[in-house]
Amino acid sequence: MSDVARESVLRTVQLTKRFGGLIAVRSVDFDVPAGSISSLIGPNGAGKTTLFNVIAGLSDPTTGFIEFLGRRVVAKPERGWLEPVMWVIPSGALLLAANETVSAGLPQAVTGIVLLAAFAALIATLLLASIRPTWYVVALARLGVFKSARPNDMVAAGIGRTFQNIRLFSNMTATENVLVGMHRQLHQNPLDAVLRTRRQRTEEAEGRQEAIKWLRYVNLTGRDDAVARNLPYGDQRRLEIARALASKPKLLLLDEPTAGMNPSETAEMMKLFARIRDELGLTILLIEHDMRVVMGISDRVTVLDHGEKIAEGTPQEVRGNPKVIEAYLGKGAL
Amino acid sequence: MDVGTLTQQFVNAMTLGAIYALVALGYTMVYGIIELINFAHGDVFMAGSFVSLWILTDFLGFRGPIHNIPELAIVLIVSFLFTMVVMGFVGVIIERFAYRRLRNAPRLAPLITAIGVSFIIQNVIQIWRGPAQLNSPQLIDVQAGFFVGTAFVRWISVFVISLAFGLMIALKVFVSRTRLGRAMRSTALDREAAQLMGVDINTTIALTFFIGSALAGAAGVVQGLYYGYTFFTIGFQGGLKAFTAAVLGGIGNTTGAALGGFTIGFIEVFTSQAGYANWSEAIVFSILILVLVFRPTGLLGQAQTERA
Amino acid sequence: MNPIKYLSARAKPVTDPSARYLREHQSLTVVVGMALATTLLPFIILFPPFSGFSPQTVWVQGFASAGIFVLLALGLNVVVGLAGLLDLGYAAFFAIGAYTYAYGASPFAGTHFPFWPILLVGALVAALFGILLGAPTLRLRGDYLAIVTLGFGEIVPVVFRNADTYTNGTNGIGGMYRPALPVFGTFLGLDPVPYYITVAILVTLAMITLYRIQDSRLGRAWMAIREDELAAASMGINTITSKLLAFAIGASTAGLGGVLYASKVTIISPDSFGFTVSFTILAMVVLGGMGNVWGVAAGAFVVYEIQSELLKQLNGFVQNLNLPAVNIGLMTIDISKVDFLQYQFLLYGLALVGMMLLRPEGLFPNRRRQQELRDTDDATAANEELAQG
Repeated sequence: MSDVARESVLRTVQLTKRFGGLIAVRSVDFDVPAGSISSLIGPNGAGKTTLFNVIAGLSDPTTGFIEFLGRRVVAKPERGWLEPVMWVIPSGALLLAANETVSAGLPQAVTGIVLLAAFAALIATLLLASIRPTWYVVALARLGVFKSARPNDMVAAGIGRTFQNIRLFSNMTATENVLVGMHRQLHQNPLDAVLRTRRQRTEEAEGRQEAIKWLRYVNLTGRDDAVARNLPYGDQRRLEIARALASKPKLLLLDEPTAGMNPSETAEMMKLFARIRDELGLTILLIEHDMRVVMGISDRVTVLDHGEKIAEGTPQEVRGNPKVIEAYLGKGAL
Repeated sequence: MDVGTLTQQFVNAMTLGAIYALVALGYTMVYGIIELINFAHGDVFMAGSFVSLWILTDFLGFRGPIHNIPELAIVLIVSFLFTMVVMGFVGVIIERFAYRRLRNAPRLAPLITAIGVSFIIQNVIQIWRGPAQLNSPQLIDVQAGFFVGTAFVRWISVFVISLAFGLMIALKVFVSRTRLGRAMRSTALDREAAQLMGVDINTTIALTFFIGSALAGAAGVVQGLYYGYTFFTIGFQGGLKAFTAAVLGGIGNTTGAALGGFTIGFIEVFTSQAGYANWSEAIVFSILILVLVFRPTGLLGQAQTERA
Repeated sequence: MNPIKYLSARAKPVTDPSARYLREHQSLTVVVGMALATTLLPFIILFPPFSGFSPQTVWVQGFASAGIFVLLALGLNVVVGLAGLLDLGYAAFFAIGAYTYAYGASPFAGTHFPFWPILLVGALVAALFGILLGAPTLRLRGDYLAIVTLGFGEIVPVVFRNADTYTNGTNGIGGMYRPALPVFGTFLGLDPVPYYITVAILVTLAMITLYRIQDSRLGRAWMAIREDELAAASMGINTITSKLLAFAIGASTAGLGGVLYASKVTIISPDSFGFTVSFTILAMVVLGGMGNVWGVAAGAFVVYEIQSELLKQLNGFVQNLNLPAVNIGLMTIDISKVDFLQYQFLLYGLALVGMMLLRPEGLFPNRRRQQELRDTDDATAANEELAQG
């Protein structure tokens, strides 16, 4: 249909995830068209959340890869061993050099300095390996080292998410939760904070304004300073979405966002999803069990069963698909 | 190193390893059942050595080796039984008063409590018997032994190793064949499910502590018999090494704890042999760190891959 | 459930005007508070019963030492209370700071650098080691992290003890040069005041710095990690960087303390930096109320004073009472012979166990922490009751 021509924001290619003997996701090829609301459905145990977790960077795939906005972000790590080797090379070389200075009879101060340099090199490589600045990752990629993106890298790339069992920061206020969501949008460093520079103060004040803006966007009013765990269920779900939106993602992953909601709340959420797609230009990928939501709001539906994709298309197409009916209701249901 | 020395050091390593293994079992059993690193466990071992010292010296009046075998056997049995039972109850009391209330608290609270209990035990012993090193009667003559080739193997070593193996086998049989043992295993696997199946959690956990502490108490008796002295700080260092053994073998796994104990014994003995006795602590702790960082499930556990 | 979330605190959301004022002018509050405390303390102890314990100079010296431990507690508070990483080997960084001073100003090292540069270098070196020793712990769960840090805490003194050529081994390094400062004069000549004031200033600066970091992006990141590390990472927080920063900042504070300590006592040995020190500082943080800057500072001060002054006085006091010895079963307890100083760790142990059971939020908690703690057990306790009933 027409959405094949549209660009995909996200593409999984032959994605497989095994847990020991269990194959949770089996060779799944699927893509999410830009600017759409796509739904991922399937009976329980179909592998939907596993797939989500691989997309969000929480789990390494066994084989296959994922491209986001045209760039490969998730794949089985390659040549991972090269990295620790690289850590050791500079400091190892300097240690050998230090040894040389001793046997060459150079003054102790020189040996001391070289040793210090070795130590500093070790620290530097360790820091690089943990902080992973972009230039470092690119340089590693040139060497053929690929390490799958971690969750915080995915956020940097432009993916935001919510969780099946709400994972808010329970003892922080609603505003603070959203501020954490804005973590990557803020640029102050600790030194700024300590010195209370103007940049930091302004950023904090503006940050708070924006956080409140997001709260309003999801229809949370009068709750700004409420502690997250005290919020009613529906508000918590919406707070989680506000928090995810605050990171200014291009793709929003929503894991069963309407679970436990009554019909009117569900309808409100559906309107929110439409607004997010239309007003903010985001793409949404949903895991959903509530067929009203799936049928009512999705532009495209993908069906998984036992880890495999068994159907894909518009809601109408999928609804009538015999394989889908069989997956949900069992053989003989037709 | 000639064969004679090698054999002797092998025996020494096994003996030391036996002591570590006995203490490690307690750590691993408690961790397996309530996921708590019982910091005070090492001090239970230490207290055990003091208790056995008391009963042998103050109560029964022995100061040196006993050469009459039947008499020796009886005294040994009495001292082991007494110490093990007393330390077992000490363990139960600690669990009841310090840890039980915190069973559902996140693991930080009981960990801090355990450290507190450790200090309490050390200081109580210090108040009771003073801060100086005390000599312990070595009932089994440490000079007595036999030759295997050029190596001199002492009877005390044979005793310790056999005792340790005996206790470990007894534990294994208990855990796998008896009803209570099954209760322990099921509680360790899934506490709520065990509860729903009718297992009395409190008793089961108390029993685990009893057994673990009794084994540590036995190790305490051995400390006195083998080394001839005890000191109120041996619990801390020894405890950490035994914990390393438990982690090395795979925490929660009793066979692993035994294996780990012997491994640490070997490492320590042969490090000293190589002349690095001063560094043995640092080496053992480095092993602990390496295992926890690179293979936290230990030798006999299954490696898990998970990324946060 | 995240372990430290259970015990950590944060300022409660500010809604009433006076609290808001204090929060917005936090630095001012700290400066005023510390200035008041610093000026008043040397005079409070001129009154009985304190005047009977020791002369003023001894008291003031004691306050200065207490200040060092306050600094240490503040640093550990960052690691344990804010970031939620249970560090049981904190004394290692203290040792590193002290030995840095030894390398900077002692006959052993043959150097005699001025004080303030060494202070800076000490903080930096300790920060580097904080990163180095913290790095292996990053992927570990709460209790394993604690054990690894404990391991490091044991390894560092062993290294200092055995690397004789570099560290003079068990004898330690002595005869360090006392710092001479243009404004304050030489430390501890006959006048303890310059040292006291220097420590007070550093503590004030540390408190201000820590409050500011707590209220910033980094502080929020730490709190998020404490609450739910996975969710925090999924919101874009680089948990590794944040945790390393916590270790670095915490360690650098200990480094500062170490330099101050070495310059005061002029003789250090590896034995002064063992687990008991780490434990004492942890006890200060837990008792004071983890995460609460003022609480931790007050807790550390109180604990130190109890340790150094009151226990000594208790000894003398009890001896003068001439109580008879008591027989309980097998033990004979003779109170007049008890040296309370030796048994202070028994008290710490009891206090810690008691605190965990009865008041885990600490002596000076924040309302939010109490809220966190009181509600956590209800659901699980109810479940347990159901299953057993």
